[in-house]
Amino acid sequence: MSDELMSYDAALELFDPVLGLEVHVELNTASKMFCGCSTAFGGAPNSQTCPVCLGLPGSLPVVNAKAIESAIRIGLALNCEIAGWCRFARKNYFYPDMTKDFQTSQYDEPIAFEGGVDVEVDGETYQIPIERAHMEEDAGKLLHVGGSTGRIQGADYSLVDYNRAGVPLIEIVTKPVRGTGAKAPQVAKAYVALLRDLMRALDVSDVRMEQGSLRCDANVSLMPKGSSELGLRTETKNVNSLRSIEAALTYEIRRQATILASGGRVHQETRHWHEDGSYTSPGRSKEQAEDYRYFPEPDLVPVAPSAGWVEELRATLPEPPAARQARLQGEWGFTDLEMRDVVNGGGLDLIDATVAAGCAAQPARKWWTTELTRRANEAGLELDELAITPVQVAALQALVDAGTLNDKLARQVIDGVLAGEGEPAEVVEARGLAVVSDDGALAAAVERAIEANPDVADRIREGKVQAAGALIGAVMKEMRGQADAGRVRELILAKLAQV
Amino acid sequence: MNPLLMLTASELSQMLRAGEVSAREITAAHLDRIAAVDGDIHSFLAVDSERALATAEALDDRRAAGEELDELAGIPIAVKDLFCYTGLPTTAGSRILEGWRPPYNATLTERVLDAGLVVLGKTNLDEFAMGSSTESSGYGPTRNPWDRTRIPGGSGGGSAAALAAFEAPLALGTDTGGSIRQPASVTGTVGVKPTYGATSRYGVIAMASSLDTPGPCARTVLDAALLHRVIAGWDPRDSTSINAAVPDVVGAARRADVKGLRIGVVKEFGGEGYQPGVEQRFREALSVLEGLGAEIVEVSCPHFDYALATYYLIMPAEVSSNLARFDAMRYGLRVGDDGERSAEEVMSLTRGAGFGAEVKRRIILGTYALSSGYYDAYYGSAQKVRTLIVRDFEAAFEQVDVLVSPSTPTTAFGLGERIDDPLAMYKADLCTIPSNMAGNAAGSFPCGLSPDDGLPVGFQVMAPALADDRVYLVGAALEAELGRRWGGLLIDQLASREVSA
Repeated sequence: MSDELMSYDAALELFDPVLGLEVHVELNTASKMFCGCSTAFGGAPNSQTCPVCLGLPGSLPVVNAKAIESAIRIGLALNCEIAGWCRFARKNYFYPDMTKDFQTSQYDEPIAFEGGVDVEVDGETYQIPIERAHMEEDAGKLLHVGGSTGRIQGADYSLVDYNRAGVPLIEIVTKPVRGTGAKAPQVAKAYVALLRDLMRALDVSDVRMEQGSLRCDANVSLMPKGSSELGLRTETKNVNSLRSIEAALTYEIRRQATILASGGRVHQETRHWHEDGSYTSPGRSKEQAEDYRYFPEPDLVPVAPSAGWVEELRATLPEPPAARQARLQGEWGFTDLEMRDVVNGGGLDLIDATVAAGCAAQPARKWWTTELTRRANEAGLELDELAITPVQVAALQALVDAGTLNDKLARQVIDGVLAGEGEPAEVVEARGLAVVSDDGALAAAVERAIEANPDVADRIREGKVQAAGALIGAVMKEMRGQADAGRVRELILAKLAQV
Repeated sequence: MNPLLMLTASELSQMLRAGEVSAREITAAHLDRIAAVDGDIHSFLAVDSERALATAEALDDRRAAGEELDELAGIPIAVKDLFCYTGLPTTAGSRILEGWRPPYNATLTERVLDAGLVVLGKTNLDEFAMGSSTESSGYGPTRNPWDRTRIPGGSGGGSAAALAAFEAPLALGTDTGGSIRQPASVTGTVGVKPTYGATSRYGVIAMASSLDTPGPCARTVLDAALLHRVIAGWDPRDSTSINAAVPDVVGAARRADVKGLRIGVVKEFGGEGYQPGVEQRFREALSVLEGLGAEIVEVSCPHFDYALATYYLIMPAEVSSNLARFDAMRYGLRVGDDGERSAEEVMSLTRGAGFGAEVKRRIILGTYALSSGYYDAYYGSAQKVRTLIVRDFEAAFEQVDVLVSPSTPTTAFGLGERIDDPLAMYKADLCTIPSNMAGNAAGSFPCGLSPDDGLPVGFQVMAPALADDRVYLVGAALEAELGRRWGGLLIDQLASREVSA
């Protein structure tokens, strides 16, 4: 499909991309935005509902104070102004996943506005201006049954689960992001990664993209080089991982450039990202945009956080990411290059947690940025989605430090942990992976290796100590790699009277 | 007529506490009355005799066991079919909710049940409380007990008619633009719209959220106050409910003293469009109050002239959103679900079939008023005028303690007379709407029969927000003095007609 598209490099020679990112963050409050129902993920369908979140006739919303607190803390962390007085608004539209057929949201009076954050890509800093962060409720979840695509078109019938209806969301909207050039997709990815890290540091959301607790709608338009007039944009939905943000934007930039370069016109529309085929397809057209008939929600009183409260919340903010990175780099003694790899690879928190679990910084870095990064790439996962925890990595390194494991064995232990076989020590035990340093067993193996390779033994006796490698290899092979290579060498040289 | 039926709730309460009558006898008398007259009056959409009798008997047992009960325990009550009640279907007078049984009780339903009142049934109303005659009910109109060819008012015509027909001594109503006061006015009964937020809206099917105010309906001022005391007060489930002490409305109803009270007559409410007999009885009531020592002054509230127009932008806007949820997906009527049609088509067919003409008219008006490009001109402007109305009240209440006016410009009009003329219908709420716009307290009290048609006339008292007691004070003083002149309540004249007939 993308074969017919202009190459990314060619596209960027003609056009400058302008980004707009809308990120929905599901808050991790215990109860929903306007009622006391649980927000826990994965409950039996419609088991976490009540008259309020089902929108039954007569029911009324009451605002979750914890959600307001989280919204303000998010606003502050994004360097936004916090409204001294704001209201909820009703966004009116009919859809079966909306129990009231309107969404209680915010319109022209968001709780937080006019902020911005910096993201870094390849050593360059990009300013992302934030227009607003507002509060709203989530809708229910539709399950389309029958048909081939799992989408509403062609489905036999649809089921609705309202457990998610009324879960508090914060929508964070950027202003148009210009000047990113060819880095646009990476900047977008880095921005969402930054938001994810921020939300985690604030402890306001689980930010699990695969569970939908962090969702990104990626808008992009193209301006001809040298122009300052914004083009028509598309909004790509169903972008469910950091990786796909980058991929979807790269695809959209190529697609739009191909259309524009041939004299065509980009349709302002919503597009759907297909992870499997790595392409976008048209969704709802925004040219027949619905009129949402927003008006202030009359069932709720205005939200008016006092300046004192806002300052109290400001004092609870975690260390800003840039300051934290600088501090950790100093503590860990990483070079700039090492630190950049760590940050770009999404390993910062993981290494921090690994060090906190007792591991030295360099081995922690080595595991996460090499072996584990490779495993994540192979599995198509983010680093933190691997089924191994920082505590387990620290335990693994402790076994290496104690001489119980060598690097090769340690990698096999990782296999076991990722396969769900338990803690590193349990995997060592169960797979029998510990290094053999029992001289009796080793001496016998050395004996056999010397007998099997008399030429090599002779050369060593003649003083060619470097030839010992071949014998060590033979011993290691016999021991299926579970021998302490240093000890094997000592035994060989002693046996052949070279020490 | 069983003499128990003509007693007030407060008299019945005294007899209950003195052991002179049982709750079961009182309940049975009212159920018999309903069985006898409601085929014609049609106050009720649903009656639950068995549960009512069982509740009454249980209360009698509790009383016999020496349990301390609320003053209104054992008194029957009729509930407007807009309050969610698990015991009976709740329809809001609409076919779209036919047979829907709420899985929860409204806060006010709960308070009434907790106080030991005996729910007789659910009363008729204009569909989703939209109307001034009950004629827009999806289940047929209610008739006015004073003249069965006339409307009982609306939207709470069922509750008001139940009181006037002696089917119940107390009733619950809701007032968005006059739906408690106008029916009270045209049926010779008492109805109070409390301060907005003084009574919880939780579980009351919404019409216009910023205006809807549940309140008490009764045949006497004291009875209304007793019910007000049971239902009012902060509810954490309604964000717009006020967390403040409920004023002593019962004390005010007992005191009934207006000496030295400054009463402002709203200049704008009179003249063209007002029935001469209504104006005459209103003026006479003013003289009565003056005779009791009140000071009467004329007050101008210039923006009240725009209240009706403003109301017909704000209310439909909220209606268009509040009624969106009736979409056939989760409960209520579902039309056209043949396995082929889309959800949108089923929604559309259901709403087309389930809503009546007046509801559709308001949904369309409101949808238009909120539309992009029209919002500022309609909804936005209306909110500004609403603020001006609030300021008119504030200025007036600096000069006077209460404002008064006729409750509605005319007496009960004929069934069918205005049904095809929405504007004429809307004008029935001309005097009542300003208090909904401002959220202050107001009530309607009988002040006689109009000399031109012999039908009841209502006297409206408006007081500042949270000064609901003043409404009762004036209403009770008027009721006491007029009662002395008439030798009883106005409604007793209707009862005696039935006895003599």
